Amino acid sequence: MKAFTYERASSVEGAAKSAAANPASKFIAGGTNILDLMKLEVECPTHLIDVNGLHLDKIEPTPEAGLRVGALVRNTALAADETVRRHYGLLSRALLAGASGQLRNKATTAGNLLQRTRCPYFYDPNQACNKRQPGSGCSAIGGFTRQHAVVGTSNACIATHPSDMAIAMRALDAVVETVKADGTKRSIPIKDFHRLPGNTPHIETVLELGEIITAVVLPPPIGGKQIYRKVRDRASYAFALVSIGAIIQPDGTGRVAVGGVAHKPWRLEEADVELKQGAKAAAGVLMADARPTEQNRFKIDLVERTLGAVIAQARG
Amino acid sequence: MQFDKPATTNPIDQLKVVGKPIHRIDGELKTTGLAIYAYEWHDKNIPYVYGYPVGSAIAKGRVKSIDTSAAKRADGVLGVVTTLDVGDLEKGKFNTAKLFGGAEIQHYHQATAVVVARTFEQARAAAALVKVAYEQETGSYDLRAAMPSAKKPDESQEPDTAVGDFDAAFRAAPITLSETYTTPDQSHSMMEPHASIAAWDGDEVTVWTSSQMIDWWRTDLAMTLGIDKEKVHLMSPFIGGGFGGKLFLRADAVLAAFGSKAVGRPVKVALPRPFMPNNTTHRPATIQRIRIGAQRDGKITAIAHESWSGDLPGGSPETAVNQTRLLYAGANRMTAMRLATLDLPEGNAMRAPGEAPGLMALEIAIDEMAEKLGMDPILFRIVNDTQVDPEHPERAFSQRNLSGCLTLGADRFGWKNRREVASRRENNWLVGMGVAAAFRNNLVMPSGARVKLDREGVVTVETDMTDIGTGSYTIIAQTAAEMMGIGIDKVAVQLGDSRFPVSAGSGGQFGANSSTSGVYAACVKLREAVASKLGFNSNDVVFENGQVLSGNRSIPLADAAGGEGLVGEDTIEWGDLTKTHQQSTFGAHFVEVGVDAATGETRIRRMLAVCAAGRILNPITARSQVIGAMTMGAGGALLEELAVDTRRGFFVNHDLAGYEVPVHADIPHQEVVFMDEADPMSSPMKAKGVGELGLCGVSAAIANAIYNATGIRVRRYPITLDKLIGGLPELA
Repeated sequence: MKAFTYERASSVEGAAKSAAANPASKFIAGGTNILDLMKLEVECPTHLIDVNGLHLDKIEPTPEAGLRVGALVRNTALAADETVRRHYGLLSRALLAGASGQLRNKATTAGNLLQRTRCPYFYDPNQACNKRQPGSGCSAIGGFTRQHAVVGTSNACIATHPSDMAIAMRALDAVVETVKADGTKRSIPIKDFHRLPGNTPHIETVLELGEIITAVVLPPPIGGKQIYRKVRDRASYAFALVSIGAIIQPDGTGRVAVGGVAHKPWRLEEADVELKQGAKAAAGVLMADARPTEQNRFKIDLVERTLGAVIAQARG
Repeated sequence: MQFDKPATTNPIDQLKVVGKPIHRIDGELKTTGLAIYAYEWHDKNIPYVYGYPVGSAIAKGRVKSIDTSAAKRADGVLGVVTTLDVGDLEKGKFNTAKLFGGAEIQHYHQATAVVVARTFEQARAAAALVKVAYEQETGSYDLRAAMPSAKKPDESQEPDTAVGDFDAAFRAAPITLSETYTTPDQSHSMMEPHASIAAWDGDEVTVWTSSQMIDWWRTDLAMTLGIDKEKVHLMSPFIGGGFGGKLFLRADAVLAAFGSKAVGRPVKVALPRPFMPNNTTHRPATIQRIRIGAQRDGKITAIAHESWSGDLPGGSPETAVNQTRLLYAGANRMTAMRLATLDLPEGNAMRAPGEAPGLMALEIAIDEMAEKLGMDPILFRIVNDTQVDPEHPERAFSQRNLSGCLTLGADRFGWKNRREVASRRENNWLVGMGVAAAFRNNLVMPSGARVKLDREGVVTVETDMTDIGTGSYTIIAQTAAEMMGIGIDKVAVQLGDSRFPVSAGSGGQFGANSSTSGVYAACVKLREAVASKLGFNSNDVVFENGQVLSGNRSIPLADAAGGEGLVGEDTIEWGDLTKTHQQSTFGAHFVEVGVDAATGETRIRRMLAVCAAGRILNPITARSQVIGAMTMGAGGALLEELAVDTRRGFFVNHDLAGYEVPVHADIPHQEVVFMDEADPMSSPMKAKGVGELGLCGVSAAIANAIYNATGIRVRRYPITLDKLIGGLPELA
C-alpha cells in the first residue's frame, strides 16, 4: 500500500471538487473493496476522500412512486428495507446472495456498483492487465478463464463485473443520480452506467472525473415474480459463475438480466421480448454473440438452464 | 522405552481419564484469545520491527540484479536483505526447493528479498519498491504434457511393485475396468499463515514460529543459516492449522532470521496470503490409471494402479498407489509411480499424502466395478476384504474391521434406501447416495517427553510435540493423569519448545499415538522414581486418587516430590511390530448429495463416517479431527483446485477468494461413529490415529453419490457443475 492523504468530506459538492482537483484520488465509503486493492497496490490512490459523512444514507419514496436509495445506504439496510422487500424483492434477494453479513454491513449502494472485477490476473501485480495498467496486455486471455466473461468481451479484457446488486438494478431499470464538481447533476440510466471493456477496460463507468454518486433511484414497482438465482461452486461467499435476475409477469412477459457473463450487468431488451417463448429463445438472444473460452463455454448452457429454472419457478 | 512386544495390561487400560470425552484443556485460551500464536508474541520491552517478503515474478530463471535503492530510502525502512546478498545457502534436508539465497529461481513467488521497517505498513510499501531484474528460462508446467517424459523415481519410493501376473489375469477376467482419473493440485490453505519472529542474542537465535515439527525445523534452520543446531531455539506452542504445510522449514523463519541479523532487532515476518500457494508447498496433481479384473462372483483377480505426478528436480512422487497394495485382495497385482519434472512450486505432503488422491481414484473405480458386476458396492468391498497383506500373505493385519465399518455404516445411514442410478428426484434435486472405504496406515515415530512432579502434586509434561488444532495438549494431559493417578486438573502440559525432549511432532496421523506413548514412557520412569523415593517396590505400587498405594500404605503423590521435585524422562522407540504386522486404520464414508437438475450444483445433504482406528483417546477431539477431514474431503471433491497457468508457471487462484474451500453453508449434518477397539500391537496406548483417516475416501464417496444421483461419472476432480451440465436431464 502506498502512502496517501485522507480527508473527510463534509458536502457532496466539496467531495466532488476535491476529487476533480486530484485525478489520483478515490472516494472511500465502506472500503470493502478498495482497501484490499490498495494493500496489493492494484489501486494506488494518493488521496482518499471519505464520503461517509455526507448523509446520503436514506431510503425515501419519490414523487413518481418510486424509491430513492441514498448512495451510502448499506447493503444490509437496503436488503432489509420493508418497501424494498415488498416491491423490489429482486433487489433484496440479489443483495443477500452477495458477500457475507459482515461485508454487507459495511458495503454501500454506490460502492457496490463501482466494485472492481475479481479476475485473478487483475489481482496479481506481476501479471499484465489492461485494467490495472492500461496498455500492458491481458494475461487472462489464454490463461485460467473459468470465471471470465463470455459476452461483450474484447481483445483487451475478458473480466466480469462481480456485483449481484447491479444485476437487480439493471433488471429494475434503476437510475444513477450524480453530482459533478461544477455542481451539475445527472441522472444516468443503469443501462448506460457501466461500459464494455473495448480498448479501455480501465474505464468501467461513464462517471467523469470528480463526479459522485448521490443516489440510485428505482422506478415505480412493476410487480411480477421477482427471482434472483445465483449459481456458484460454493454454497455461500463466492462470486457467481452465472446469475439470473428476472421479473416475470403473470402473462409470461418480463425482464431478465444476467450476471457473471460480462463486463457489466448483461441485459438485452430484445431478449426480454423472447421471454414468453421460454428460456431457450431468450438465452439464445442473450448469448448470441458469445465468445467463450474452452474453460467458460459451459456458461452459455448454464445461462439457458438457469433461466429455464427461474421461469419454471415463476410459473410454479 | 523400546516397544517391541504387544502391549499387555497397563495403567492406561483403567480408562479413568484416557478415552473420556474431555474438552480441550487449551480451549479457553483459544476462545478467549489468550493463546499466543507465532506472529502475536509481544513483549512491550522488545522493539519488534517488521519484515515483508518479496516474491519472484517469474517461475524459472535467474535473478540478474536487484535494485533496493528506492526501498532503502522509503519511510521507516531499516534494512533490505536480498537473495543475492546472502548468496548460496545450504538447503534444509527436508526442503526440495531452496527457500532463499542465490540467483536461481525455481518457482513463482520464491523469496527474493525481505524488507525490514519500523511498521508493517512501511515494510509492505517498501517491498513493492524492490526492483528485481530476471533472466527468464522456459519451464515445464503442465503435468499432462510432461507425462511422456516422466521417470521412475528413486527405488526407495518403491516405484514398481508386482505380485503374480497382472496382465494375464486381467486379460482372462470376465469383467474388467480400465479408467483414468485425475486429481488437481491442492493448497493446505490453513487459517494461520506461516509466520515467524526471530531475535538474535549474540550467535544464538530464538524463533517463535508456526511449525508442526520442531526438531525438523530447528535442524533445517540451523543448516540454512550455517550455524550449530544448539544455537537455534524454536518456540511454537500454538498453531492455527497446518495440514502438512508446516511440516518443513519455510521462508518466513529464514527471512525473519536474516532480517533480524541485518537490523539487529527482533523481526516479525508473516507470509501474505497470496504467497501461500506459490511460495510454500502444495499437494501435487496426479493422473491415475486403474485397471481391475474380477470373476463374476465379484472376486478381484487382477488389480493395477499407476500414477503420474510432477515435482521440482529432487522431489518425490505423490504416492497415490500405495493403498492399493493393501486395501483389497487379489492374487495378481501391480502398482507403478512415475515422476515428471515440473517447475511449479514444490509439491509435498498435505493431509493423507498419497492416500487422499489415491483413494479419490481407487474408490471411484471400485464403485464402477461393482456396477459392472451388478453388485452392491458395499458387498463388493466385503467380498474382497482381506485380513492379510495381499503381497505378503504371511503378514497379517494387526486389526482390520473394514467390513464391520461398512456394515454398521450401511445400517446407520439407511443404505438400503439407496435407489437405482438417476432415479430419485425431490423437486429440483437429483438425489443419490455414495459409499467409499477409508484406509490409512498407522505410522509410529520416536517420541520423547519429560514429566515433572512438584510438591503440590502437579505433574508437568514437557515435550516438543505440537498441537496444530488436533488436541495434543488434552490427550497428553489425559495420558499423564491416567499414569500418575491424578485428575486432569493436576496436569500441566508444555509443548512446542525446542528445549524440551524431541517428539514425534504432528504429521502422518502419527502424532497422537506416538506422543502419548512417549509421555507414557516418561511417566513409567516417574512412577519408578516415586516408588523408589517412597521406598516402595515399584512392581506393586498403585497410583490412584492422588495417592501412592503399596500394601496397606498410602502416601500422597505430592509428598513424594519433596522440595526439589521428581523428574521422569524417556523416549518411546519402536521395534519391528509394524513390519511383522500391517498396522492400519479403517473406515467407511457414506454421503448423500443433491444435484440441482438445472444447474448441476452439488450440495451435500448428509455425511457419516464409521472409523476403526484402535483406542480413541478422546472422542471429542477425535470427532473434531474426523469431521474436519470430512469437510476437507468435501472441498476436494467439489471445490478445490489450484489452477495452473501453464504458460507462466504459477497457481493463479492464489488467495482464499479464488481457491474456494468449504464454508458452513456447504457442510450439512456430519455423524461420526468410532468402533470400540484397542490394538495391543500399535503402542502401549493401543491407539492409532484418525486425523488423516477421516479424509481418506470421502471425496470418492461424494463422487459416487453424484453418480448415483445423476448417472454422470466424473473422473476428474473437482466435480464442478461444468463437468455435469452436459449430462443433466433436458429441461422441461
